[in-house]
Amino acid sequence: MAPGDILVDVRGVAKHYGEGETRVDALRSVDLRVHVGEVIALLGPSGSGKTTLLNVIGCILAPTAGRVELDGDAVFDGKWLRSDLRRLRLDKIGFIFQAHNLLPFLTAEENVSVVLDLAGWPAERGRERARDLLDYLEVGHRAKVKPALLSGGEAQRVAIARALANRPRIILADEPTAALDSGRAQLVMDLLRKLASDQKACIIAVTHDEKIFDRFDRLIHLRDGRLVDS
Amino acid sequence: MNLAIKDIRHGLFRFVLTCLGLGLLMTVVLAMIGIYNGLVADALAVVKAPAADVWVVEAGTQGPFAEASSIPATTRDAVARMPGVAEAGAITYQTIEASHAGGTLRLYVIGFEPGRPGGPQRITEGRGLGRSHFELLADRKTGLVPGETIRLGRDRFTVVGLVEDAMNSGGDPAVYVTLADALTLQTAMDPAAARVQAARGDGGLRPPTVAAVVARLQPGADVALLTATVRQWKHLSALSQSEQEQLLLASVVDRARRQIGLFLGILLSVSAVVIALIIYTMTMEKLKQIATLKLIGAPDRTIVGLIVQQALILGISGLAIGLALILLVKDSFPRRVVLEPFNALVLTGIILMVCLVASGLGVRAALKVDPATALGG
Ligand SMILES: Nc1ncnc2c1ncn2[C@@H]1O[C@H](COP(=O)(O)OP(=O)(O)O)[C@@H](O)[C@H]1O
Ligand SMILES: [Mg+2]
Repeated sequence: MAPGDILVDVRGVAKHYGEGETRVDALRSVDLRVHVGEVIALLGPSGSGKTTLLNVIGCILAPTAGRVELDGDAVFDGKWLRSDLRRLRLDKIGFIFQAHNLLPFLTAEENVSVVLDLAGWPAERGRERARDLLDYLEVGHRAKVKPALLSGGEAQRVAIARALANRPRIILADEPTAALDSGRAQLVMDLLRKLASDQKACIIAVTHDEKIFDRFDRLIHLRDGRLVDS
Repeated sequence: MNLAIKDIRHGLFRFVLTCLGLGLLMTVVLAMIGIYNGLVADALAVVKAPAADVWVVEAGTQGPFAEASSIPATTRDAVARMPGVAEAGAITYQTIEASHAGGTLRLYVIGFEPGRPGGPQRITEGRGLGRSHFELLADRKTGLVPGETIRLGRDRFTVVGLVEDAMNSGGDPAVYVTLADALTLQTAMDPAAARVQAARGDGGLRPPTVAAVVARLQPGADVALLTATVRQWKHLSALSQSEQEQLLLASVVDRARRQIGLFLGILLSVSAVVIALIIYTMTMEKLKQIATLKLIGAPDRTIVGLIVQQALILGISGLAIGLALILLVKDSFPRRVVLEPFNALVLTGIILMVCLVASGLGVRAALKVDPATALGG
């Protein structure tokens, strides 16, 4: 593939928490390249560094060493190279949260359109896009409902809609299907695959759900902060 | 999309309750300001009532309010003849108790000469005193009504008119009677002293005395020159109107004023702490949501806006409720509660400042929160 096809390029990334006796090496020299359209599963036992790696790629955690390039822009090389990390996240990265973390004071639709509002979309167009996404994820009928009244599955789908709203090219998901039944989980994975190819995006998802392994292009295993070949 | 308002509407009941609580606190603060102002205004009412320029009192005293003063009634003629004096009137003050409607009424009796300075500026109901004896003008707070009669000393007086806001610095409502009636009342109320004088052999022959002579000056006349001239008389002293007001504030109401002033200060500090606490707690409860906002890419501007707008909405609502409540209840206070637009404005300024400082604390915490806390469990 051409170099321009690489959306995520992580080289020699290490991250440790604490110092001295309390030091925990969450990542030890991780190299990872993800291409346009790729859907990748991040596997590994609890504590192996999966969340830490996602946070580093999502620019919410500074690694202790290494280099990170997103969509051709170097964002970290020993230190952050950009000061507007939040704008970068808004434009390029969509998070699908493990604990879906919708804003409790906004309706399902507003939870999605708030991202577009922040990105500067006109309100009307933002609402339309939010409705379209919710319809697509089969939660359109719950658009005016606040998160407290949504079921786990519905809330998760709203969270996915929010992650996709601003058409990010890098979608990071921490167990996106954990709250869904297996039929819905496969449906959501199909949807994410379709989005990845339609929007020229990539998806990196942490998962333990063996039933959906066949929906991924690549399975990557982490053990003790290192990528291991499977 | 205004996040601050959406969040308030989400927890509307609790927010309204918080505003109401703050509103009650503001009511107390405003009441205290009003009581403070009322105390000063009431104290000055008695000095301001004659609309005088100069007060002539007994030498060596700061009368007639701060200290007792007694000068011959004839002083009035002497003062009236002085150059620059337009008119002068003799005036007496005494506090007496009278029975009325089955209870005891403490009255501040002001004796003045109708047609001369010393009487009330405005009669709100009824008429002024005629030349005849045993008529009085009463402050509305006495509860007396025109046409009613009341016994003062040995004589029964008829209420012919009502005035407002006339009282002494202790809050006793005033009644106005003619100087002649007041002098009779004075001797009637003090029979023991009269008997002593009678025993000495000069009973009734003592020349009548008054508390002070108030004078209004001709336009352009020099107050300082006049007071200096009066002071040359051995037995007299003189104070300008502003000196008299200062004296009253400094001596008579000073302690009460400092007392209330200090209490007001404490109350304001308590309010500030309460407001700060409410706003800080409001922000801390939202930290996880703020982390989520950061994670999806909201700039600091959005987060600061959320906190500051809520703080200001809270402060302004509380203040509005406080103002509405105090205006509703202020006339039920036994003493006057005076609120100037200026007071409300200053309080608004203080509350807004407190809100901003308090949201500053919240903002600091919010900006420090790590967006990663929104992830994970
Ligand atoms: N904020 C932190 N402070 C200290 N140690 C941490 C922190 N976050 C994660 N760790 C440690 O880093 C290691 C990797 O954690 P994590 O990336 O959450 O693993 P996973 O998501 O695979 O379960 C674990 O040993 C964990 O205890
Ligand atoms: Mg994890």
